[in-house]
Amino acid sequence: MIRNLEQLLAVKEKYNKAMKKQTSSLLLCAGTGCMANGAEQVYNALKDELAKRDVLVTVDYLLEDGCGGITTTTTGCHGFCEMGPLVRVEPTGTLYVKVKPEDAAEIVEATVNNQVVERLLYRHPNTGEVYQRESEIPFYKYQTRVALANCGEINPEDIRNYIAHDGYQGLEKALRLSPQEVVQMINDSNLRGRGGGGFPAGRKWAIAAAQESDKKYIICNGDEGDPGAFMDRSVMEGDPHRIIEAMAIAGYAIGADEGYIYVRAEYPLAVQRLRTAIKQAQEYGLLGKDIFGSGFNFELKIKEGAGAFVCGEESALIASIEGERGMPRPKPPFPAVSGLWDKPTIINNVETLANVPEIIRKGVDWFKSIGAVKSPGTKTFALTGEVANTGLIEVPMGTTMRHVVFEIGGGVRQNKKFKAVQIGGPSGGCLVEEHFDLPLDFDSLQAAGAMVGSGGLVVMDENTCIVEIARFFMNFTQNESCGKCVLCREGTRRMLEILQKIVEGRGTEEDLDLLEEIGESVQIGSLCGLGKTAPNPVLTTLKYFREEYLAHVVEKRCPAGVCQALKRITIVADLCKGCSRCARVCPVGAIEGEIKNPFVINQEKCIKCGACIESCKFNAIVEVS
Amino acid sequence: MSRTAEVDLNVVDWLNNVIAEHGSTPSALIPVLQEVQKKHNYLPEELLTYIATALNLSPATVYGVATFYAQFSLDPKGKYIIKVCDGTACHVRGSLPIYEAIRKRVKLVDGKATTDDGLFSVETVSCLGACGLAPVITINDQVYGQVTPEAIDLIIDVLEKREGM
Repeated sequence: MIRNLEQLLAVKEKYNKAMKKQTSSLLLCAGTGCMANGAEQVYNALKDELAKRDVLVTVDYLLEDGCGGITTTTTGCHGFCEMGPLVRVEPTGTLYVKVKPEDAAEIVEATVNNQVVERLLYRHPNTGEVYQRESEIPFYKYQTRVALANCGEINPEDIRNYIAHDGYQGLEKALRLSPQEVVQMINDSNLRGRGGGGFPAGRKWAIAAAQESDKKYIICNGDEGDPGAFMDRSVMEGDPHRIIEAMAIAGYAIGADEGYIYVRAEYPLAVQRLRTAIKQAQEYGLLGKDIFGSGFNFELKIKEGAGAFVCGEESALIASIEGERGMPRPKPPFPAVSGLWDKPTIINNVETLANVPEIIRKGVDWFKSIGAVKSPGTKTFALTGEVANTGLIEVPMGTTMRHVVFEIGGGVRQNKKFKAVQIGGPSGGCLVEEHFDLPLDFDSLQAAGAMVGSGGLVVMDENTCIVEIARFFMNFTQNESCGKCVLCREGTRRMLEILQKIVEGRGTEEDLDLLEEIGESVQIGSLCGLGKTAPNPVLTTLKYFREEYLAHVVEKRCPAGVCQALKRITIVADLCKGCSRCARVCPVGAIEGEIKNPFVINQEKCIKCGACIESCKFNAIVEVS
Repeated sequence: MSRTAEVDLNVVDWLNNVIAEHGSTPSALIPVLQEVQKKHNYLPEELLTYIATALNLSPATVYGVATFYAQFSLDPKGKYIIKVCDGTACHVRGSLPIYEAIRKRVKLVDGKATTDDGLFSVETVSCLGACGLAPVITINDQVYGQVTPEAIDLIIDVLEKREGM
């Protein structure tokens, strides 16, 4: 049981002192990505090899006066998912990528002899340069980690490791301040909600704190539903204690003694790690009754979501916890006034909360020294799609897109031509080359018709069809619309039908105007964020890629060559020997011609099945877009 | 007939325990349905009415919740549930050809989601959060990253062999 700062620091000192006694440690990423690539087998192989050489030691051994040896630990996500499984060797900081179980012997051998396994180092896919240390790799070099500071550094299943990284000091400090002072600090820091909207967290806290009520609640929104975003998952998996500490601080600030962590059902590992963390925090007296002897009580529960995107909206999330269909409720009253079971409730996103302990511990000025003036701090982005280095990154607010995509992301895969970045998932918009130097922060993005959203950044190259992507997002929001507001329910359906028509080559120019008109109506006529933002991907792409839409509806052509229905199959006259083989296999009799003369495909009749292409022995039949 | 009755009673016993554990309040509804879904891979209709009575809710409310959330299914699912991620990152890197390849490989036609022998269910999900590994599929929560239509054949081969096919 930890009752005061002295005891907390004692745990920290003891742990750090013990860790200094080892010669090296091997940190293995055990995030969902690396686990899928076999990280567990690598971990077991490393342990076996270390044991074979008799150098394997455990944290507990070092804590109990043991000395020397090498530890191996599984950590949360290092972020560099594309290259997983990742193994980092400390204290040198050497990073091995795409490690397989059979590489374990070599890694252990090299570590024992202070050498490096050259062949497992990271090689930049576009430049070919090789890097030894993690910190030198451009992907890591240009990042500033606050929310993700511990991800990949600590063992998420060991509370002592978190305490050794200054964990729970923020809570201890907060409990020595008055609740009003804590709210004031968050207010002064201008921490804005990382879940999408960018609403100041401090203002939410202040409203809830001002309510008179016998019961109040804190909810952590871990219902990360945006396709293409996984920062909240990484924090919950890699640093669960940070969320617990932040929620306890929030509870103290507004006068709540109970909190819920709402986690997506698709994140089983996050649920498991959070459960373990809550249990440990209770054992250490950092959750429960009379925390740090301050008289403050706080309990946490986990609620697993059941798969509905709309539950990311706070009033729908509350409905879901109460056991109902996750449908948004009209606001006001805002949850901070009347939320869960009609009690004052604050709902903060995982990443927003992840910033709280450090703001309290290091102070407001420290936080405000990072990022943009109106959006201080950092933002995590899930960098995915056709980019050389996919993964999870964290940069100061206001960093330019050029920096993120080209310096950190390493540019477009296989040096193809950049086309657009889709930011903010199905609620966001597309950014194009002219936005390269736009600072990525709440206000600048809003002005450009996009939004930070949860921070998904999907890079698209010349082979991506923008109309098809717009259809993809509309299909998603249409599916996830809860059906409460007529304009969202029916409007998204009509928009999807029109987009479907366009990618199938049946669209007209008038359809584009209609899309804009319905889109604007849906934005106005919907209650919650889902509907208000659902048309964004269509409206921004119509703005920046109108040419491509026109190519689909006027010329019936898909410039990226993606839309199947718009492909044409033709016979190259120069190569055709006139053997008639294709005409015989065509199921609809669309190919005509005279023997020994080039044959021709009747486009009206052709169903694009491709049977002729397979039948041709002279490669004379090709698909063109 | 007596045998069916016996099995049902066991299920009811189990369900009573689950409900007792979560408390018979309306907010227990989703966790209880989640446990039933986990155990049976779907929500048998007769259990829904039982749950409604136990939690003092109308069957319509329970049905409403059961059909609202994507996690719940009212139809039995296959032994192996294959989820193809169709999140943005996976979509851009070609998840639909993977989906089609799986359906073709396990011979699913006419919009069916589960094979007639009850072995495979194939569905798409919006995002599994493993975007760095796109395209991703999961088979009974085991994650496979950077899959290709060719890899699908290998994976299904292994599963079929395990089932003695």
